[in-house]
Amino acid sequence: MAADVVAARRAAPRSGARRLLSRHWYAWAMVAPVVIVTLVLVGYPLVRGVYLSLTDATEATMGRTIGMNVIPATYEFVGLRNYADILTSSTFLGRLAWTVVWTLVCVALHVGIGLGLALLLNRPMRLRALYRMLLVLPWAVPAFVSAFIWRYLLNGEFGVVNAMLRAAGFAGISWLDDPFWAKVSVIACNVWLGVPFMMLALLGGLQGIPRELYEAAEVDGASAWQRFRHITVPGLRPVLSTVVLLGTIWTFNQFPVIFLLTRGGPAGSTEILVTYAYRQAFEGIRDYAGSAAWGLVILALLVVMATVYRRALRQQGEAW
Amino acid sequence: MSPAAAPPATRAKAGGRDSRTPLKSAALHLTLIAASIVSVFPVAWLVLTSLKPRAVIETASVSPIEQPTFANYAQVLGETRFLTWAGNSVVVSLATAVISVLLSASTGYAVSRFRFPGFRSVMWMLLVIQMFPVAILIVPIYNLMAGLGLINQLPSLVITYLTTTIPFCAWMMKGYFDTVPASIDEAGRVDGLTPFGTFWRLILPLAKPGLAVAAFYSFLTAWAEVAYATAFMTGDDKYTLAVGLSQFVGQHKAEWGLLTAASVLIAIPAAAVFLLVQRHLVTGLTSGATKA
Repeated sequence: MAADVVAARRAAPRSGARRLLSRHWYAWAMVAPVVIVTLVLVGYPLVRGVYLSLTDATEATMGRTIGMNVIPATYEFVGLRNYADILTSSTFLGRLAWTVVWTLVCVALHVGIGLGLALLLNRPMRLRALYRMLLVLPWAVPAFVSAFIWRYLLNGEFGVVNAMLRAAGFAGISWLDDPFWAKVSVIACNVWLGVPFMMLALLGGLQGIPRELYEAAEVDGASAWQRFRHITVPGLRPVLSTVVLLGTIWTFNQFPVIFLLTRGGPAGSTEILVTYAYRQAFEGIRDYAGSAAWGLVILALLVVMATVYRRALRQQGEAW
Repeated sequence: MSPAAAPPATRAKAGGRDSRTPLKSAALHLTLIAASIVSVFPVAWLVLTSLKPRAVIETASVSPIEQPTFANYAQVLGETRFLTWAGNSVVVSLATAVISVLLSASTGYAVSRFRFPGFRSVMWMLLVIQMFPVAILIVPIYNLMAGLGLINQLPSLVITYLTTTIPFCAWMMKGYFDTVPASIDEAGRVDGLTPFGTFWRLILPLAKPGLAVAAFYSFLTAWAEVAYATAFMTGDDKYTLAVGLSQFVGQHKAEWGLLTAASVLIAIPAAAVFLLVQRHLVTGLTSGATKA
């Protein structure tokens, strides 16, 4: 099919446009619905978001219609001031640092634990189907329900975690009210939520590795570690690279866990970039411009990350 | 639930290569049992708590069962707007799922089969939009919806959710179409079908499982969304479940009994359906990018 493109390029420039159209019109027609809807629903708000981020729009200066009265917008163009404010503020650096820690720790634990469990589950044994089902359960429960479950489990007064600690003779920990323990709590909850997906995806990858490779390696006297290092890891690479990218994006943008478990508190210590931007736009005096600028900064970070990641993959020969 | 969710026969015991020592075998099972306990305990505790009366919930008791009662459930169903919220969630999620699949199927097919000018741009668009953090679109969309008078109306949520689910569905379905052999297309073309005919008459019927998974994933996304729903829905008759539930545990009072009972009512059907389709879901999520 790539030949189509080559052939199209070779077409005489004079009738180039028409040739392209006659050759590709059906493909374009098929992608048209998504492209159009996306341009309207994402493109237009995005452009508007970029514009808002260059103004000083807040709840007070935004235009409104109350009944018959139209209140005109009074916000003004301020150039890059919002961005300058964000990038020089200590809030941004603090939130960015915590978001990076949060993402790295969560994804590392997701992949590490998920891979471990997948390796265990990939052997013939009794009760395998049962283990698999029990281990998938956290993914089956909607995330917002899980966040509430954990909020109750970790409740300082009557949460069962503290009750068990006390029963074992330790003092209870104020999980959600102490900056350090609140961070531990959100990470624990998110790891609990995210491991099943990694486990299943990696298990699928493991099952795709031909068994003969292991048998051949065993015949050649390769140790268990060597088999893991030279057969399992390369065999898993395509799946692994995808789930790491997906997992990183999901965790970076993980809104419900933070928002519902700690509401970003105590004193903003668990607030990641996304929840901070949200709070700016919808709590207190709504700072629409500031929030839009935050959103764009976050998007820029993600795009840079994805590009670097894709490039790294391409160097390993996995291009599209 | 267990018989329904039992995965298809596990592959090839034929290899049977390592017969483990009893010690190794015990270690394997102990690890898996420990992991299973960690994974199940929070959910189990949720169910147990929902059966306790309020007075017991708000003590530091660790006993799993104490004065079991369905009072919390009765109160959730009878005295709160739980059923309204559930109805809203179902309407929004269903609409989102159906519209996203209808719109994105042909795109998934086109990027799976054809290399056309603009192919890479479309792929990048699909990928980048999936990464959009909530924070980036929520303000402009909120202002737009306010302008259209759609704040606190369910359609505003459907429209908003489409921004995430459509690229995702197209991406997922590309992965599914990639697994349908191209020889089927060729056979159709030889028989004189147009590309649209091939897609509509031959490939789409074969891709029903893929469509179902994409629809289900869109449903789940809409079902579990918190940020937009919290910002857009202002009246408690328009809340979705995710917003409604947070009303039970507000800043000042926490109705843990109501919260846990409502959570169980939401989680059980969700988990049952989910366990049935999860195998397909994982394949759908990963194949789109791995095949390429």
